[in-house]
Amino acid sequence: MHTAADAPLNIVVLVKHVPDAQFDRHLTGENHTVERSQSILSELDEYALETALQLVEAATGDASAHKITALTMGPDAAVNAVKKSLQIGAHQGVHLNDPALAGSDAAGTSLALAAAVRHIGGDDGVDIVITGMASTEGETSLVPAQLAERLDLPQVTFVSAVELTYDGDAPVLHARRDGATHADTIESALPALVSVTDQINEPRYPNFKGIMAAKKKPLHTLSLADIGVDESAVGTSGAWTTVESADPRPPRGKGVVITDEGDAGVQLVDFLTTQKLL
Amino acid sequence: MASVLVYLDHPIVPLAKASRELLTIAATIGEPAVALGVDSLEDGVAEALGEYGVRQIYVPENPDLDKYLVAPKAAFLAVVVEQASPSAVLLDNGFESKEIAGRLGVKLSSGVITDIVSVGEDLTVMKLDLAGSYTVSAKVTHGIPVLTVKPNSAEPRVASEPTRPEQVKVAAVDVSAVNAARVTGREDKKASTRPSLSEARVIVSGGRGTNGDFSAVEAFADALGGAVGASRAATDAGWIEHSAQVGQTGQTVSPQLYISAGISGAIQQKAGMQTSKVIVAVNKDADSPIFEIADFGIVGDLFKVLPQATEEIQKRRS
Repeated sequence: MHTAADAPLNIVVLVKHVPDAQFDRHLTGENHTVERSQSILSELDEYALETALQLVEAATGDASAHKITALTMGPDAAVNAVKKSLQIGAHQGVHLNDPALAGSDAAGTSLALAAAVRHIGGDDGVDIVITGMASTEGETSLVPAQLAERLDLPQVTFVSAVELTYDGDAPVLHARRDGATHADTIESALPALVSVTDQINEPRYPNFKGIMAAKKKPLHTLSLADIGVDESAVGTSGAWTTVESADPRPPRGKGVVITDEGDAGVQLVDFLTTQKLL
Repeated sequence: MASVLVYLDHPIVPLAKASRELLTIAATIGEPAVALGVDSLEDGVAEALGEYGVRQIYVPENPDLDKYLVAPKAAFLAVVVEQASPSAVLLDNGFESKEIAGRLGVKLSSGVITDIVSVGEDLTVMKLDLAGSYTVSAKVTHGIPVLTVKPNSAEPRVASEPTRPEQVKVAAVDVSAVNAARVTGREDKKASTRPSLSEARVIVSGGRGTNGDFSAVEAFADALGGAVGASRAATDAGWIEHSAQVGQTGQTVSPQLYISAGISGAIQQKAGMQTSKVIVAVNKDADSPIFEIADFGIVGDLFKVLPQATEEIQKRRS
């Protein structure tokens, strides 16, 4: 953990391989899990990775000593989210891949990820864990808060700006969180968990140099045994919620389309009247 | 009959519609009880809660839960659950409430389900997944169900006999022992007279086609008593604040009437509004994907169509 202003930062960014929202998405199988054939690095995780890169770039001390680890959990194909993160600028990748994880809900996911973060942190621990505001498929937004609870970290969540300053030698995170009725400024000591919205930055793209460099970066695969998590605590056996049925909703039928010939506004009001919406 | 605990962060009179909905749902499952996020009850709130049959109001002794982010509120709520042993905990679906729910779930070893649109008597819940393309029935299988419910999920209904709620003071949570981030400043956003996006029955949204001029969209929204929304293109351009964004990375809405003006209807936007009951689209481009899901589409200029419709509504009302 951080003890001096020039101590290197150890950051873990959670990244996820999610179905591309540009295509139709499906729930499949007995457990109604998301089908992942056309998957990409979650768009919302790009903001988290960019936040980590900017924090490291603004930090003091030996730039080469800071470390950003991209961590993902999921089946074989999930490693693509880590590879893309390495191309964009993460220093190392960790893929938690174990068949027993299939069907995990937020509780099981946060349990396994917390153990993986502890494993990555080792004796010194991790300074900052950064996540996106939600996954683009599960959309429960539970995992960041549950991970903070399990790791006993202050949560600095749903923030649209974040900055690290030093109070003497002690690093202090400052952030801005926008709600519907008010905006808060937040302060936290490290270590902390941060989740960011899509307002925080403009994520960078991988360039040719980054793509070449990524091939030489370390990428570790971990099993549940490696991080000391019992199989029964995760997956469908460890889930605290169950999906009983999932039915595709019928697609919306196409309605009437008219071209404005000068009276479309009046026709619109007529339509709203017949629909009893006025 | 077991109690059903409803968390209301800071209720005022009149009670917000979302709060009245939660209390109504609680009353269909058990005896409603309320836990507050603030240490004092404002005038008239106890009576207002009594109209919905609330038996107990659990009030934290901490005056400062609001000065920290989420963790101490979850710790307080865990203490209340231990005291009240409810059959379920209900919260609204705002992001802070979802975070409280998440942390509470871990503390209680309880399953948490968010984005719920209906709660059955046996605590089977319905939600919409993958941006409204699936209807999912789900259930908590471990611990006391912690459920966050979307607005417009129930019709508020007062109890047949009002109650006089008992106020129960709950010993202060030791905030210094909870690892939490501090809230160092709070800036209230200027209050709008329009309904909030999440609760509105009518939403008029503007996109790229407004070219930054939301006046026609706002005037039409006001004529309909609706909220103003926007596409991501419009909020990214800085034409309107981010909290107005409807879509996958903004708010998911499902009003009675959604009017899309100058928005092409890319999948990101459609994901946020396709469960609206009636969809109207106005766009210059006849090939816009929004017309595929609109009940009534107008190929035309929003700056001509919306003012004419606004004027027509005013004319018919006068």
